[in-house]
Amino acid sequence: MPQYRATITVTLRPAILDVQGKTVEHALHSLGFSEVRHVRIGKHITLDLDAPDEQTAQERCAQMSQQLLANPVVEDYTIALEETA
Amino acid sequence: MKVGIVVFPGSNCDRDAFYAASITDGLEAEFLWHGDRAIPSDIECVVLPGGFSYGDYLRSGAIARFSRIMPEVARFAERGKPVLGICNGFQILTEAGLLPGALLRNAQQRFICRRVFVRVESTSTPFTSVLAHGQLLSLPIAHGEGRYYASPDVLEELEANGQVVFRYTDPNGAVTLEANPNGSANNIAGISNRAGNVVGLMPHPERACQALLGSEDGCGIFRSLVHYFENVGV
Repeated sequence: MPQYRATITVTLRPAILDVQGKTVEHALHSLGFSEVRHVRIGKHITLDLDAPDEQTAQERCAQMSQQLLANPVVEDYTIALEETA
Repeated sequence: MKVGIVVFPGSNCDRDAFYAASITDGLEAEFLWHGDRAIPSDIECVVLPGGFSYGDYLRSGAIARFSRIMPEVARFAERGKPVLGICNGFQILTEAGLLPGALLRNAQQRFICRRVFVRVESTSTPFTSVLAHGQLLSLPIAHGEGRYYASPDVLEELEANGQVVFRYTDPNGAVTLEANPNGSANNIAGISNRAGNVVGLMPHPERACQALLGSEDGCGIFRSLVHYFENVGV
């Protein structure tokens, strides 16, 4: 069965204040990076999984994201897949 | 009346909750283990205590909600039995979907440990039945992730149904921006489910049950439970 490496990125919904992002943005400004705007901080999760095809792998990762990796009340997620074997 | 206090790996207010229940006339306390598959039949109320269950990995409460006891807690709540989540317990209840919304990192990006005032907004829960509507309580908070968030339509529903149980106020009982310690929507400190039997709050009533600890305002939450069983029953 093919193997996939999934990279799942979880971020707070755009409408929700990301206080970590704000704090980092202020720090970047104070370092002189005054051109920086809209810093958002999220989670980067990688995992390997076996799946018969890419669509199944995508569906399984979406289920994982909805049930555990992200909190759908406040977070969005994206899934990137790469076939590794 | 027996109160079951669930101990998760990383709970740290379990003993405080046990003590607060024990010193309340009419209540007895018993610890329940997160790995238990059943809630003993003599338990009349379940408390999910404060702490940092599973090290707050992923999100506060995100892992604890998959504990073996949690489906039992959900069934217990469905049967209309009182369930109280304090601090991390509140976070677990929202993660489990037993209460709406979520608790996000404090707006000030700091862990806050201090005493606040909350106003009682609903007396129709098992945990507020002896309190007066509008009564002010001085309770400690100690959290990094206590900013209550719910989508605008859920917030509207909570307000319309009287599901907001506690609100952060100033010492005069006014709901102000300054009195909001963590940026919670509508100054919300605690809510209930639609039926009113499941309540979650960020402040720690169990840490305010003796004059020696600086406040006895938390006692009312435990005394309410006794009153509820005596007068309303389950």
